[in-house]
Amino acid sequence: MNVLVYLIPISIFLGGLGLAGFFWSIRSRQYDDPEGDANRILTGEYDDHPKS
Amino acid sequence: MSEVQISACPACVAAPAAEETAHARDVRDTRFVLSLPAIYCAACISGVERELTKQPGVHAARVNLTLKRAQVEADEDVSVDDLIGALTKAGYEAYELDASAISATETDRKGRAILTRIAVSGFAMMNVMLLSIAVWSGASDVTRDMFHWVSAAIALPAIAYAAQPFFGSAWTALKARRLNMDVPISLAILLAGGMSLFETMESGRHAYFDAALSLTFFLLAGRYLDYRTRSVARSAAEELAALEVPRVTLVDGTVISIKDLEKGALVRVVPGARVPVDGIVVEGASELDRSLLTGESLPVETSVDSIVSAGEVNLTGPLVVKVTAAGEDSSLHRMADLVAMAETSRNKYTSLADRAAQIYAPTVHLLALAAFIGWMVATMDLRHSLNVAVAVLIITCPCALGLAVPAVTTAASGRLFRAGMLIKSATAIERLAEVDTVVFDKTGTLTEGKPELANLKDIAPHARSVAMALAAGSAHPLSGALFEAARAADIVPAPVRDIREVPGQGVEGMLGDKTVRLGRATWLGAVGLSQTATYLRIGEDAPIAFTFVDHLREGAADAVASLKRQGMDVVLLSGDAPAAVADIAQRIGIEAWDAECLPEAKALRVAELTRSGRKVLMVGDGLNDTAALAAAHVSISPASALEATRVVSDMVLLGKSLAPIGEATRVSVSATRRIRENFNIATLYNLVAIPVALAGYATPLAAALAMSASSITVSLNALRLRGKS
Repeated sequence: MNVLVYLIPISIFLGGLGLAGFFWSIRSRQYDDPEGDANRILTGEYDDHPKS
Repeated sequence: MSEVQISACPACVAAPAAEETAHARDVRDTRFVLSLPAIYCAACISGVERELTKQPGVHAARVNLTLKRAQVEADEDVSVDDLIGALTKAGYEAYELDASAISATETDRKGRAILTRIAVSGFAMMNVMLLSIAVWSGASDVTRDMFHWVSAAIALPAIAYAAQPFFGSAWTALKARRLNMDVPISLAILLAGGMSLFETMESGRHAYFDAALSLTFFLLAGRYLDYRTRSVARSAAEELAALEVPRVTLVDGTVISIKDLEKGALVRVVPGARVPVDGIVVEGASELDRSLLTGESLPVETSVDSIVSAGEVNLTGPLVVKVTAAGEDSSLHRMADLVAMAETSRNKYTSLADRAAQIYAPTVHLLALAAFIGWMVATMDLRHSLNVAVAVLIITCPCALGLAVPAVTTAASGRLFRAGMLIKSATAIERLAEVDTVVFDKTGTLTEGKPELANLKDIAPHARSVAMALAAGSAHPLSGALFEAARAADIVPAPVRDIREVPGQGVEGMLGDKTVRLGRATWLGAVGLSQTATYLRIGEDAPIAFTFVDHLREGAADAVASLKRQGMDVVLLSGDAPAAVADIAQRIGIEAWDAECLPEAKALRVAELTRSGRKVLMVGDGLNDTAALAAAHVSISPASALEATRVVSDMVLLGKSLAPIGEATRVSVSATRRIRENFNIATLYNLVAIPVALAGYATPLAAALAMSASSITVSLNALRLRGKS
């Protein structure tokens, strides 16, 4: 059962990583315009014609 | 801040353009906010952004499709009218919004806060559930205690953070001596947490940390669904104010903010511009399009001493207006007040969920209290009695109730969205199900609000080509319609010279040595017809009339027929002249109609119907309908309506067709039935679970199973709504 000493902290840490990732996605405003983001993937604008 | 994030993003290195986009996303110090009511697709986004960034002086533009808005950052000297003009020319409808009047960031922050809480409670729930499964599968003694302690360490801070909205709302309700759904929720969460901590300290067998967390998680999810539907519908009064043109041009050419404008100032209004103030014309003659304010389809003649109202559009000649009221006092603003008033009266509607909560909350408290007292009397064991009481509170958890309504509303919204209808208010579907009277507006709702030439075939070819040439020289809606019809019929314009517009009258020009004129009957010495018409006179010949009809909107007749089949009364209220209204009413099959209604009169009629016990559905598009829309039990507006009008409406038609209205009423009836079924399911499950809990046989495992089972059943029942068509 001693293995739990490692496993529990590891599982909580991994979960925490996911949580931190989610916080980051909220903070960088990735849910502000879900419809727009879903549609933007369809435009060829950005990747096919780099402006610089 | 954005710099650091961007260079940390590996994809940006590969695609430098993406970095530029990411910059645009963080448009700072926004100068303009534009409303783009008609955009809906990927091509629109890139089209609008390309068009805007092409304008000189514009640094960045970012379209938000969800809000149908664009944020533009530009140099000081860029005029917003140029941007709107460029967009209109490219085919995108655009309006300016007063950036300071929109508190978009405020509501975004609220949504983000709920999402963060969902994330925290979800994270904690999953971890605690893992530990709990170990306990349920037989961990004992020290191992079980350690698992309970670890659970407590995760669960208690998570609950303290994530469940705050429930605590806050429950506290407000208690302070006002009321009970709402959040009171039993908070009590269940707090007691479950506290009891479990005590049990853990005493090395007890049962801890309810996972139940407290999943309760928080499920309820927050329901609340977020609810919030999303609501946030789309921002406060209507706010956007009405934001729509008002915030700047005016004075007679000497200076541009000032409308806030600094004083009574008696002279303001210049160029053709094509919206009148920014209420006032009296002191110079110039023109025609005004008042359709948004009054619903009149015909432009109104204006000259010196005419009274103009904020929100009207100047069509033909430049005007100088002496200000009598601006900003707060203007008629557009008074309309906003009317809407705000009507909205508060509608807020009195109690949703099915609220009604259920009114029964549910006291029952649960009494049951838990009864269980506690009963077990105290029977065993005198405080700890056991408390445990039973907590189990009762948790097992009667309103998970199913919390999800019953949002799940159905979300499913119904999804189905109606595919049919071309956007639902903005959470209770709109319930309210729509009760409707028995439908009130339609005419101009822009039943009709497209655009005149269409009716008698091109009856007119001599020569007159056709002369009229076409003259019509090309004017921005007047009738000229536009005439020109379009002529072009569609492949007519070649006659070589008319020296075309000039006579403000308020029409267009004139020279054909050979004859004067040709196109315009009002009185100007040409013609006898005016009773229907919408413009007249052409070549030299001294008899005037020729071009008549127009208002084109019926697609699906209008279907919608009316379908509503009648469902046993509803259909009424037509319009601000337009009686003849035009009667014609449309007859063509579409509506018996009850009323013409020349002022905005207040429309709202009054709706209020009158409501007082006589009717549940009114109002369908309208103009600013003159906003008060009536807000006063009605439930309201629908087409996508072509102004943002302000759509904001007051509970539902918005996305396509051109009115046909989805019939479908919407049918779906709303079955959605309401689903909600009631969900309540019955929740009750049924409680009828089984409560006796078990009261008898003291409930375990955390049973609670977790029951909670998940009921939540899933309720969600599945809601999903049945999607499949059927």
